[in-house]
Amino acid sequence: MLQAAAGKGKSTTKKTAPARSTSSKPKVHDRYLEAFRWMLLSRILEEKLASLYRGGMIVGGVYLGKGQEAVSAACGMFLQKGDVFGPLIRDQAGRSAFGEPLIDVVRTYLGSVKGPMRGRDGNIHRGRPQENQLAMISHLGAMIPVMVGKLMAKRMKGEKGFVGLTTLGEGGMQTGASHEGLNIAAVEQVPLVVVVTNNHWAYSTPNEREFACANLVDRAIGYGYEGHTIDGTDLNACLEVVETAVKRARAGRPPQLVVAEVLRLAGHGEHDDASYVPPEMKSQPFAQDPVARTEKFILENGLLDANALQQMRAEISRQVDEAVSMAQQEDAPHAREEDWRGLSTSPLIDNPSA
Amino acid sequence: MSVTYLEAIREAQTQLLRDDERVFIYGQDIAGKFGGAFKATKGLAEKFPGRVLNTPISEDAMVGTAIGAALEGMRPIVEMQFADFSSIALNQILNNAGTHFFRTNVPVPITVRLPSGGTKGSGPFHSQSMEGLYSHYPGVVVMTPATVEDAYTMLIDAVAIDDPVIYCEHKYLYYHLKADALPKESFPVGKARIVRPGRDLTIVTYSAMVHEALAVANELRNDGFEIEVVDLRTVKPLDTATVLASVARTGRLLAVGEAFPWGGVTAEVIARVATEGFHLLDAAPARINAKDTPIPYHPNLWSEHRPNRKSIAVKARQILAE
Repeated sequence: MLQAAAGKGKSTTKKTAPARSTSSKPKVHDRYLEAFRWMLLSRILEEKLASLYRGGMIVGGVYLGKGQEAVSAACGMFLQKGDVFGPLIRDQAGRSAFGEPLIDVVRTYLGSVKGPMRGRDGNIHRGRPQENQLAMISHLGAMIPVMVGKLMAKRMKGEKGFVGLTTLGEGGMQTGASHEGLNIAAVEQVPLVVVVTNNHWAYSTPNEREFACANLVDRAIGYGYEGHTIDGTDLNACLEVVETAVKRARAGRPPQLVVAEVLRLAGHGEHDDASYVPPEMKSQPFAQDPVARTEKFILENGLLDANALQQMRAEISRQVDEAVSMAQQEDAPHAREEDWRGLSTSPLIDNPSA
Repeated sequence: MSVTYLEAIREAQTQLLRDDERVFIYGQDIAGKFGGAFKATKGLAEKFPGRVLNTPISEDAMVGTAIGAALEGMRPIVEMQFADFSSIALNQILNNAGTHFFRTNVPVPITVRLPSGGTKGSGPFHSQSMEGLYSHYPGVVVMTPATVEDAYTMLIDAVAIDDPVIYCEHKYLYYHLKADALPKESFPVGKARIVRPGRDLTIVTYSAMVHEALAVANELRNDGFEIEVVDLRTVKPLDTATVLASVARTGRLLAVGEAFPWGGVTAEVIARVATEGFHLLDAAPARINAKDTPIPYHPNLWSEHRPNRKSIAVKARQILAE
């Protein structure tokens, strides 16, 4: 059953209309299935990455978006050419929906020189800034003003109709950088959507040691944003609310703050067993697995049958396996061939033995 | 007609805004009739509407925003009100802008202006010299102009450079330093300049301390010593070749900087000469920095906290006596 977003504050999210006209129904189903496909891709890809990590084939870390796939997919779904996406650590579904090639992910995790980071940075720090996919740094909140600058510059250049969407966790929302970034976005009145996913754990720290307001969306009014809340396990609600927020930002409304509630269904990274999560939390409504929930909805409403779902899974698994085997055959970086340049301006590279 | 160091900075920005539509200036209190805490942008907001923008007191977000704009093809200049407050933006400058080219192959052409260095009565939080700290990290160019001419041409150069530039402008020089006119040509970025030739001792320095060193050189000339003064101009990259060539002529080295003593520019100069030019030295190299305490408020304390012509002259005589 479709569940409407629980509007709060200045939220203007409408209830999902159960009685849509029959002509619009196929379109709604199309995008629901498209979003599900990105969710499933994220889940299958990340399971593969976790298994490569356990097999010692990935160094550093692997960070899963498990539990956040519905809201993340929605973040990528409504962005168009010319829009900017600033994803964070658990946004595989959104990155794929925005257009990140599967091979970029695998090449970055495996350190291939053919990937966008060429072994110089790994895992979720990847991006293609010139194609409007920002490359996050680990310091939380830092990408919010970067997004603001991208949008201001587009406005200065005379572009029109664009939006930026950036994501954050409830943990990241507590940094000073996030406060400065959220505030300056409203001061500059840029067309921005900030999607905060409260997955209830900042690494091992629970909500009650992270913030003391009733709901993070209450901050929307303080920053001059329009606020929305969603059950992040409900794909329909995620699509409706994020679509509304993106439309409003694009139409010149103030920045939009969307707060989704989920449970992180993995450790902080694959090195973490998350044994600190109390068992009773796992039966809370926000702890539902969005992939399983969406799959159930698809089957119960006859959007696809079990056979078609199985085919979708098999097709995605094949694509993931192909990408992995391709990246595994590619060269890793070699220290001797690396140019070790920290600046693009060669004559200005400091060289102690010059 | 004469032009001050501060006027040179304002004139460089005027020219940049006039000639390059990608340039905008972003900072606190820089717009309107006010024109900045030091008036470095006075009149520019009116002359260039929408391109000289006041920001909230958010140093981190100011630089983050500049990074985003630079990635979108702009050439932003960020004015920190005081260098000291750029500590709030270290993360954006060093972890974001400074790593971006290496990580993604996309450079970040931002210029961050830091009103630096001590002036009487400014105390611990409005007096700092942060060039050593920024230089320690990869991915940035650090400029420290000492003259009106360099203040002008190096700011124009900074904006043209595709990488992040930390432009340390010295507040003491703002009004004290005057030139007859602005230069037509610039000395190359990354090259040190021998501002006074000599044969007995090389003083390597930068920014306001160049003028203290020149005063010492004049004083010691009365005793028959010819001191060579090298102005680094950019501390990163550090023009080791010019420094070594000077030490090769004089055989003696004194490095002078206004920043705190642990590590930093003077330590780097001495380390490079000791490792690459040990055979050139006739005496142990020495350095003078500020003291290893916060910068004091009272002029009686402040004037002895930083290197000054008296302390530089004492150290210079010691090296010359060896």
